[in-house]
Amino acid sequence: MASSHGTPPVFNNKVIAWVDHRLPIFSYIEKEYHTFPTPRNFNYFWNFGAIATVMLVLMIATGIVLATNYTPHVLMAFDAVERIDRDVPQGWLIRDLHMNGASFFFIAVYIHIFRGMYYGSYKAPRELLWMLGVVIFLLMMATAFMGYVLPWGQMSFWGATVITNLFSAIPVVGESIVTWLWGGFAVDNPTLNRFFALHYLLPFVIVAVVALHVVALHVHGSNNPTGIDVKGPQDTVPFHPYYTMKDGFGVMVFLIIFAAFVFFAPDYLGHPDNYIPADPLVTPAHIVPEWYFLPFYAILRAIPDKLGGVLAMFGAIAVLFILPWLDTSRVRSCTFRPIYKWFMMLLVVDVIVLGICGSKPAEGFWVPLSQLATLYYFAHFLVLLPILGKIERPLPLPPSIADSVLKKKAV
Amino acid sequence: MVATGALGAVGAAAVAWPFINNLNPAADTLALSTVEVNVTPIAVGQAVTVKWRGKPVFIRHRTEAEIKEAEAVPMSQLPDPETDNKRVTDTAKKVRPEWLIMIGVCTHLGCVPLGNKPGDPKGEYGGWFCPCHGSSYDTSGRIRKGPAPTNLVIPDYLFTSDSLVRIG
Repeated sequence: MASSHGTPPVFNNKVIAWVDHRLPIFSYIEKEYHTFPTPRNFNYFWNFGAIATVMLVLMIATGIVLATNYTPHVLMAFDAVERIDRDVPQGWLIRDLHMNGASFFFIAVYIHIFRGMYYGSYKAPRELLWMLGVVIFLLMMATAFMGYVLPWGQMSFWGATVITNLFSAIPVVGESIVTWLWGGFAVDNPTLNRFFALHYLLPFVIVAVVALHVVALHVHGSNNPTGIDVKGPQDTVPFHPYYTMKDGFGVMVFLIIFAAFVFFAPDYLGHPDNYIPADPLVTPAHIVPEWYFLPFYAILRAIPDKLGGVLAMFGAIAVLFILPWLDTSRVRSCTFRPIYKWFMMLLVVDVIVLGICGSKPAEGFWVPLSQLATLYYFAHFLVLLPILGKIERPLPLPPSIADSVLKKKAV
Repeated sequence: MVATGALGAVGAAAVAWPFINNLNPAADTLALSTVEVNVTPIAVGQAVTVKWRGKPVFIRHRTEAEIKEAEAVPMSQLPDPETDNKRVTDTAKKVRPEWLIMIGVCTHLGCVPLGNKPGDPKGEYGGWFCPCHGSSYDTSGRIRKGPAPTNLVIPDYLFTSDSLVRIG
């Protein structure tokens, strides 16, 4: 059954052979997930695509089960969620998996994005692969936002109010768009209903875009820590068993940490205010989004102008779409970019600073700090990246992946 | 070819419209359009919040000092210039400076500003303060500081008698 790359596999099992002759799913799996030649030098950063996929499946599975006990009505939603927590058999577990699963899905995806940026995985010929990734990220944000509205607590309601009001910043038609989004004059029952419908739909759209992401990945194969292209069979190993095992190990470690939160601190990443039923007449004293939105929230608040703030926030994600063309360096991996490497780490620090600013009230010293951090964020992409590629002198690249691996071993 | 394409586009738009318009407010939502409030129990210096179209409406019985302060502000100091007089006029064009009636929704991103309850922070200009992103409104509900672009919105209202006001 084993085959080398390029020759179609021969199946000994007659049923499998019969099916495969008519619908080549087994050949496909064999080619793309077994013999698929994969760079031999992956580090653990390459686990996070698989980890994110596992989290997506977990979110869909727990979500479907939760939906069977949930009621999308303003008078019943809060109680329905409490009932899931208290009365439904293992409801607490399914809900805590789903709630913390969202956070851990974002953790996996943020590390995955960092990996792509640090090792230059977005560069030719993987630009579309990267852009599909940004689409997935946007869909995840929309899905997470609408999911957070469903328990209909105070943070749900006011989060929905603030985020939908972002669209009122659009000149002329803004107010009509917001009324259209709400289906009324405020966030209310029609809003909750449609958010539930979309929250159920979007994960399947994400699955579809993930499929495209994987198809695009398998055209030129994965990037690797050296950022140099595969030059021959000595540079690769078959995907199975090498990376199925390595990914499996990474998934297990990740799930252990995830389980620690689910079982021992299920509300650590949430807000106590969301256990107060939604009240349209009282805004909580300090409203903040979930942690994974904080850097973008800080950018929104950093600009002292409504439309400007909204544009900057969306711009912070839009700039990722054109990242492959902003980076002028021909070297992919930061390993061989002695200057950019440090600016990349500074960007990570900057995003963390933005996240902290986003979690604080918009007053005092936090305002200028978030403005400075916002400025650096955009300067990184729009100024540093294009210029550094021209002036930086990269370190000498190894002749091949195999060469770099064997040399490292010799040392 | 062009004619066929154009007709196809018109047909596609005609089919898409019901799906888009379906998300707009329904007739029963639109029907909840007025609310009537008796203002006699509201003492000078006090304010109440009533719910209209799912949103809070502030009714403040202003003190002499608050009215004077609001009237004295030069227009050049206002990001969204509007006289106090204009903001306390009902739909019958009658001016009642003691009653300030506004939609209690911050024009930035829709939070409910603080300042209606006795212990609330009223911000730097003695009116309302939005805790979400730090907008401050004056005693006429006009934006003075912070990210909100416009003054708090004045709904259509009419005093049907000296004690009864109809909002909407």
